[in-house]
Order: sequence, then structure tokens, then C-alpha cells
Amino acid sequence: MKPFDYQRLAAVEDLGQRVSEGDRFLAGGTNLVDLMKHEIETPERLLDISRLELGQIEDGGDGGLKVGALVTNTALASDARVRERWPLLSAALLAGATAQLRNRATTGGNLLQRTRCYYFYDTARPCNKRNPGEGCGALDGFNRIHAILGTSEQCIATHPSDMAVAMVALDAVVNLRAPDGSERQLPVEELHRLPGDEPQRDTVLEPGELITGVQLPAPPPGRQLYRKVRDRSSYAFALVSVGAILDVVDGKVDSVRIAFGGVAHKPWRARKAEQALQGQKATEENFLMAADAELADAKGYGGNDFKIPLARRTLAAVLRDAAGAEGETTA
Amino acid sequence: MKNPAAIGQPLDRVDGPLKVSGAATYAAEHQLDHAPLVGWIVEATIPAGRIKALDTGAAEKSAGVVAVLTHNNSPSQVPFGEPDDEGRFTQSRAMLGSDRVRYHGFPVALVIADTLANARHAAGLVEVSYDPAEAVTTTGSDADEVPDELDGGLDPDVTRGDFEQAYSESEVQLDVTYTTPNQASAAMEPHATIAEYDGNELWVYTSVQLIGPAVEVLANTLKLDPDKVRVLSPYIGGGFGSKLGLHNEAILACLGAMHLERPVKVVQHRRHVFHNAPHRGNSVQRIRLGASGDGKLKAIGHESYMPRARGYAFAEPTGASARTTYHADALLSRHRVKTVDMSLIDSCRAPGHSIGSLAFESAIDEMAYRCDMDPVAFRLVNMPDREPASGQPFSSHDLAECLREGAAKFGWDQRDPTPRSQERGRQLVGYGVASTIRMNILVKSTTRIRLSDDGSLIAWANMTDIGTGTYTILTQIAADILGLPAGKVSIELGDSAYPASCGSGGSFGAGSSGSALRDACMKLREKLVDIARKQESLKDADFDGASFEGGNLVLGDKKVPLAELVRQSGHDYLEVDGKVEPGEDHEKYSQHSYGAQFAEVTVDRDTGEVRVRRMLGVFSAGRILNRKTARSQLLGGMVWGISYALLEELMLDERCGAFVNRDFAEYHLAVNRDIPEVEIHFREQPDTHSNPLGSKGIGELSISGAGAAVANAIYHATGVRVRDFPITLDKLLEHLS
Ligand SMILES: Cc1cc2nc3c(=O)[nH]c(=O)nc-3n(C[C@H](O)[C@H](O)[C@H](O)COP(=O)(O)OP(=O)(O)OC[C@H]3O[C@@H](n4cnc5c(N)ncnc54)[C@H](O)[C@@H]3O)c2cc1C
Ligand code: SF4
Repeated sequence: MKPFDYQRLAAVEDLGQRVSEGDRFLAGGTNLVDLMKHEIETPERLLDISRLELGQIEDGGDGGLKVGALVTNTALASDARVRERWPLLSAALLAGATAQLRNRATTGGNLLQRTRCYYFYDTARPCNKRNPGEGCGALDGFNRIHAILGTSEQCIATHPSDMAVAMVALDAVVNLRAPDGSERQLPVEELHRLPGDEPQRDTVLEPGELITGVQLPAPPPGRQLYRKVRDRSSYAFALVSVGAILDVVDGKVDSVRIAFGGVAHKPWRARKAEQALQGQKATEENFLMAADAELADAKGYGGNDFKIPLARRTLAAVLRDAAGAEGETTA
Repeated sequence: MKNPAAIGQPLDRVDGPLKVSGAATYAAEHQLDHAPLVGWIVEATIPAGRIKALDTGAAEKSAGVVAVLTHNNSPSQVPFGEPDDEGRFTQSRAMLGSDRVRYHGFPVALVIADTLANARHAAGLVEVSYDPAEAVTTTGSDADEVPDELDGGLDPDVTRGDFEQAYSESEVQLDVTYTTPNQASAAMEPHATIAEYDGNELWVYTSVQLIGPAVEVLANTLKLDPDKVRVLSPYIGGGFGSKLGLHNEAILACLGAMHLERPVKVVQHRRHVFHNAPHRGNSVQRIRLGASGDGKLKAIGHESYMPRARGYAFAEPTGASARTTYHADALLSRHRVKTVDMSLIDSCRAPGHSIGSLAFESAIDEMAYRCDMDPVAFRLVNMPDREPASGQPFSSHDLAECLREGAAKFGWDQRDPTPRSQERGRQLVGYGVASTIRMNILVKSTTRIRLSDDGSLIAWANMTDIGTGTYTILTQIAADILGLPAGKVSIELGDSAYPASCGSGGSFGAGSSGSALRDACMKLREKLVDIARKQESLKDADFDGASFEGGNLVLGDKKVPLAELVRQSGHDYLEVDGKVEPGEDHEKYSQHSYGAQFAEVTVDRDTGEVRVRRMLGVFSAGRILNRKTARSQLLGGMVWGISYALLEELMLDERCGAFVNRDFAEYHLAVNRDIPEVEIHFREQPDTHSNPLGSKGIGELSISGAGAAVANAIYHATGVRVRDFPITLDKLLEHLS
């Protein structure tokens, strides 16, 4: 670990103007500290935000919920309101990591966790995300866990969060606070970016911008489901995941929201699939047609080619389940 | 009342309380008078070549750094691999001995500092440039070197009868090629060592399965007198073959300690372990089977192709299953290797049978379907009456009964024999079976015991307990034979100062070290009886029916405490040595443990995700020494089997000869939630030839076959035969429309 300064913040106001490029916020530390040990992250200063008063889940007005950035994954997943009205979010959280990690991991940290690309972690190999311009080890290497949508030749990494996929499907919004005290809101869907030719930038956040919380609007009508496809039944990142909310009225899709995980550099809102389904009959055929609409531009890199049919089939399976057809799903 | 510590009783682990309270000292935890310095390994980033330039200036100036050891300043060593005529565990394992890079991850420097954080940071400041050389890193069926011998001293090639003719004349034929990936042993405790050197003696606290060879390898590498080397390894957090020999961090810690004459600790980071400890090479296994129309095997052919690490003579006997499990008129088994510039390739969890059975028991299953026979029935009609490869009689053979009993207990007859015929919602359901067989070995072992005048017994051996329960079963053997409560017996292991033992490996530990202890205890009994005979007061006692119970020598209605007999001997204690050596029984008979394993899996029709729902094994491994630790061993092997079938794979990036998934987030092993209800049954049948205890090897038994049972269940569920392990969902998906 590279030597660094450490400062604990007592209140959000303490941030002041002092935040600079070399700073990192420390929340649960489950991702950041790991990356610091590998010297993949080498902050000059750690600003420990874990004592800030951002650990509450409050009613957000209009039937929504306001989730503090420091609410742990466990607390959020087990909140009675979340379990009842946003079961998609609860399920996504519980599908992630392990109980021990979820007890420590925070809402803000989960959104900003970094990719699990093998080459990003191996500092002896080239990686444009670590060292811009160095090349991408995964492109012609092992890319079984990599992206099929929105990739660039610079980087084909995925964003690994489960929680964020649910939030994108639920139209959640992040509350941000800049070092000068100004605040802004951003849909979670717009928080993460595609790699383009700047794969080193995971998000659109400005230096020093703090996530203070996430706003969940009232849930849309319909059945909410999260399905995570993975190599083993726990403690594995998603190969593909699907978060969906489907409302079927008189056999037709009245409203639908879909997001994919494990397929792109960001949680992928499947708007093309949503559009294709709107007003259509809730049939297997239409579900597959919608998946095809979304995946028309998907591109495999060898090891991850299977993700294209897998995403297609998983989406159809989730929508089938959400539409109420019988079927047992894998744990 | 029966002694609760008697042989066979499910006695709790005697070292359990120490382990759960953190009081058992693992290698990195030994407390010395002075806190050791900490070393961090700097790994080569090319697979082969030479170090062109090394700049350690910045690292040396970094906070807390005491020394940076490289080939330029490390203590003199014997060149790697010498002397030629030694075995691989005792040949020099020189590190930092020259500018030559042997493989990706090979240590090019050791940074020694006051703390782990300082050492690790400074390691990143060492600048190395290389002259890379052409490297061979991958192997397939192009392997064409014939190894001198296979692990365990087996011949690379065995033929019985005329295979080609028997095969070509067979009514039913099968010619298939299976592949298994590179694998890591993946012990929970990473390889770790603390070394201390005072200019004369070297003390090494480490994590190693075989203590004797560890002393020799250090002496041979570091040019020391073996008498000046002491190796201690009292507790080991799993070895799985990767700790049979001493590994890189141990040599490096010793070099550091000798260079500085200060204690140095080196713990491999998890990412180091994948290259700085040995792994298992990938295998290509071509299997040809020929049978008559009624399902009798006529020809068994098995050809194995695997990598062998340059300069390191280990070749895995993957043909073991094909050579031992079924009868056939003709047998052909052949092993070829290809030399690669990769980190050491060595034993990994049941070398031979584990991945051999994965392929072979899958092929046998294919053949059963091809012959239109039930997979259990097919196996039963092909039981051998002698060992197929050697022609020797079996010391005992119980595979058929394991299969029958297992099938009945599992409910095999509930199964619709047609593949892809059972569904539960969106899940395809399948049942699979595999035979299990693993050789039983006896290794020379000695021990010393001492009975004190307070009636307590101590036994010493340089044996190790790698988490398997050795401390516990040895306690039971002594307690049972001498009629002592467990609390009166202490077992001292893991120190090179103790009598030479077999060590842990090859499932031979319990039987071999236990038989040596039995021998010592039986001799002590004689000694105690002799002392009693000399007592005037016991002149008329019933010596014919002498027995040992409750800490006493019992002679009819007379009881004499053992403590008193010690006092009467005129000594403070009685000491006896015991030993065991393989004899005629191991030359005349082919010895194995047996089992049959059954699995039920579901395969998701949408996603191809496989989940094991139920497993059952029936095992026959002679006399069971402790039902609880034995069950744990078998359970562990079945869990590994699930990993073999579904998960484990080191991904080798040929461009640099490195494994890319070097952590447990991406090197997948089964986790708790992957493990279903697992039932284990023993068919307890002491083997009169195996060893004086009648026990047989158990540690590697269930892993040999468990994976194939799962794979065969997947075929039954889906009708898809994946011949490239592990069976991940991407290999099934396209077939599940
Ligand atoms: C072995 C393992 C398995 C895992 N499996 C999964 C999985 O299956 N699914 C899944 O979704 N996740 C998984 N995770 C990741 C886990 O969810 C994240 O590590 C965790 O959510 C990060 O939260 P944290 O609070 O610990 O973040 P930290 O490590 O503290 O921070 C992460 C990043 O976010 C920044 N940050 C934190 N809070 C804020 C804030 N309020 N404002 C601005 N920046 C902030 C930090 O500066 C840092 O850059 C796994 C992790 C591990 C180690
Ligand atoms: S995919 Fe992205 S993170 Fe992975 S090696 Fe390429 S640039 Fe780096």
C-alpha cells in the first residue's frame, strides 16, 4: 500500500473546498482497501466518511424512500419497506457478495465499486482502465466475464454491482454534493458511463463529489423480479443478471422496466426491449423478440460470446416468471 | 463401559478447542523472542528468460526496508534440481541463485522490511527488466515425452493382451477424448514460513506435509548439515498435495534469515500461491472402450497427455482408474508429458484417480448407454477378479457391494433410464453414478512413546496433521490399546526432532503412523505385563486374560494402575519405540479402498445453471478409526468432486504463462450453498493385509469418483455429454433449447 494521509470527517460540511484529485472517500472499505493493497488505487489522502450521518432510510415523500449513502447493504435489503415495495432491490442486494461483506458494504460504495476484470487486478498486465494507453489485456485474453454491450476497443469491462441494476430498473436517483457545497441529482442510469476512449473513468462524477444518498421513487405497478445467473450459487459475480418490473393487464404489457447486469460497463437499462414490449401480448415469443431488439448490437469477444444467448434466455425467463407463468427458478 | 476414545468412536478432535480458540499455532503465528522481519516476494512477469537489469535502489530507500535480496546478494546455494539422484522433494530448490527466470511468478527478489505493509509497498518499487526467451506454456495431445516413471513409482505404459485387436473386434466401441483444466490445490492456509538462523542452526516454522524431506531439501539447497536444520510444522491449514515439499517462501525466508541473521517471515499472498506453490497440470485423456453386445468390456484404452514443469520430475498417473477399476481382456494405458516453462506441477488432491476418474468414469457411463445398459448394472458385470494392470489378487474387493448398497439407498430404481426424461418445473433432473477406487499405501514409519509414573502417555513422531484429524486418531489408537482415557494421551507431532514418520500424503498417514504407534503400544503392553509378572502380590493373578482398561492392567479380579507399574519398574517412565514397514502383503496384493457415489442434479433449462441436489456415497475402507473424522474426510472429497465437475479451472494466459484468475473470487470452488444434502455410509470390513490396524486410506477416496457422478447426472438430465471439464453453463446452453 502506498503511504497516504488519513482524515476522518465528522460532518458533511467538513468537506469544504479541501477535496482534491488525489483524495478518496472511505466508506465500508471492502473494495477500496483491497485495491489500495494492490496499489491499483493509490490515493494521497483517505477521507473517512463512515462517521457521517448518512446511515438513515427515511420516507422520501410521494411514496418514495430516501436511502443514506452509508446505509449498509444488509440494512437496505432487510428494511421492511424495501422488502414489501421494492422487493427487486432487496433481492438484488441479497444476491451479491456474502453476508459478511453486505454487513460492511454501503450504498454509496456499492454503486462505485470497480470492475472485477482479471487484468485490471493483475498489475503486471496491460490495462487501459488502470493505465490509460497501455492496452487492454482482456480484449484478446480471457474475457468470459466481460461486456457484450456498449464496449469500446479500449475496454470491455463490466460493472459488477447487483444493487445498481435494481436501482436502474427502479428509476432511482443519486443525490450528490460537490466540495463547494452545491448539490445535484442524477438518475443512477446516468451515473456510470460507457468506456469509450476514457475507460479510466467509471462514472460522470466530478472530483470530490460525494454521494449523500439515493432516492427511490414510488415503485411502478407490476411484479418485480431479480435473477442472477452465476457459476456457483453464492459468492460469485453475475455472468448476466436481469432486474424487471412487469405489469400485465388483460394479457398485455401495460408497463415494463428492464435492466441487465454483467453485460456492460454500466448497469444496462434495456429501453429497446421495453419499447418493443409496450402494449404487446405477454407471450414467450414477444419476450424473446424484445430481448433480440435489445441485443441486436451485442458483440462477443470469444470467451463471453455465450452471454448473448444467455442474456436473451434469462430475460425471457424472468419476464415469463413475472407474467405469472409457472416455473421454478434456480436458487 | 466402552472407552469413548476407543478406535472407531466418533471422538471430537482433540485439537479442536485449540483451533477454535486460536491457540493452535499455524506457521506464520509462532511467537519468537524478537518479532521477525517480514519478506514480500517480487515475482517475474515473463515465463522464461534472464534478468537483464535489477534496480533495487528505490526499494532499499523505502520506509522500513532492511534488505532487498536478489541473485546478486543472496547466500550461496546448490543449483536448482541438484543432486540429480535425489527425489523431487529433496533436490535443491534454489531461489535467487542466478539471473535465470524459470517461470512466470518465479521470485526475482525478496524485499525484507519491518512490517508487511512496508515490504509490500517497497516490492512495487523494485525495477526489473528482462531478456525474454522462447517459452512453452501449454500442452495438449502433442505431449510426446515418456516420463521415467509416474507419481507413486508407476510405469508410464502398461499393456495387457492385444488392445488394438480386442478393440477392433469389439461389437460396441467408444473413442472419446476428455480434458481437465489446470487446477490449484487451494488450501485455506497459504504457504507460510518463519526462519531463524544464528550462524549455526536454522530453525524453520512452516506449513509442510512431509517433515523429513523438508529438512533434507533445506540442507541440500542451503549447503547446511541436516543436523543443524530443525523444521516445525505442528498445525497445517490444508495441504492437498501442494505442501508435500517445501515451497518458495520457505527457501526465501531462510535466505533472508541467513543473510541478516535475524528471523524473517514470508507468507505467500493468495495471489502468490498460484505460481509460488505447485499446481496440477491440465490433462487430455483419450479413452477407448470396446465391449461385447452383452456389455462385457473387452478392451480398455487410456492415453494421457499432460504438462511437466521444466526440471521437475512429476508426472501424474491419470490412467490409475482405467488400470484398476474394471475387467477387460485387453488393457492399454499410456502417459506422455510435455515440458513446459510453468511453475511447479505436482500432486494435487488424489493425483491420478481424481481427474482420472473424472474422465474414465464418464466414459464408462457413455459406454453403458451405448450398450443400452443401466450404468450401475454395466459396472457390476465388469467387476475384475484380479487387478487388471498387475494381475495381482486384491487384498479385498468390495466395489460391487458398494454399488449395490448405494443404488438401494439412493433410490436408483426411481430413475427413468432415458436421458432428458425427468423435469421439475423449468429444471431438468438427472441421476448419476460413479465407481470409486483409490490405492492403499503403507509407508515406513516410526514413533516413540513414553508412559510416565502419573499414568500419562506421550507419543512423538515427525508426522503432521494437515487438518485431517491425525492428532485425534493417534490419541484413539493409544487410548484403545492401553485402556487410557483420551485425556491421558498426548500426541506430539510436526517437529523434525521427533522420530521419522511417513508424513501426510497419498492417504497413507493414518494407516502408517497409526500402525507404528500400535506397534509401540503393543510392545509397551508386553513390558507392563512383564513388570507385573515380577510382582510378588500378583503371583497368582490371571495373566492369560490380561487386559487394559481405565488406566489399569486388569488381571481377572485384580486391577493394577499403569502408573504403579511404572513406579515398580524402578524408572521414572517407560519408553518404547514402534515402527511399521510395508512387507509381503504389499508386494503380493493389490490394495484399494472402494466406494460408489450417486448424485442428483438439476439443470436450468433457461440458463444452463447446474445445481447438485443430493449426493450419497457408500464407502469400504477397511476398519474405520474415527467415524466422525472419516466422515469429514469423505464429505470433503465429495465437495471437491462437485468443484471438479462444475467449477475449478485455472485460466492460463498463453501470452505470458500466467494464470489470470489468481484469487478465490474468480478461481471458483464450491461454496456452502452449492453443497446439498450429502449422505455417507460405511461398509466396515477390516482388511487383513492392509496394515496391522486393518484400516485403509480414506483421505483421497471420495474425491475419486464424486465429480464423475455429478457429470453423469448432468448427462442424464440433459442428454448432453460435456467432455471438457469443468461443466460450466456456457457449455450446456446451446443444447438446451
Ligand atoms: C469477494 C467479494 C465478492 C463480492 N461479490 C459481489 C457481488 O456478487 N455483487 C455485488 O454487487 N458486489 C459484490 N462485491 C462488491 C461489494 O458489493 C462492494 O465491495 C461494496 O458494495 C463496496 O462498498 P463499500 O462501502 O465497502 O465501498 P468502499 O470500498 O469503501 O468504496 C468503494 C468506492 O466508492 C467510493 N465511495 C464510497 N462511498 C462513497 C460516497 N458516499 N460518495 C462518493 N464516493 C464513495 C470510494 O471512494 C471507493 O472508490 C463483492 C466484493 C468482494 C470483496
Ligand atoms: S477490459 Fe478494461 S479493465 Fe479489463 S483489461 Fe481491458 S481495459 Fe482493463
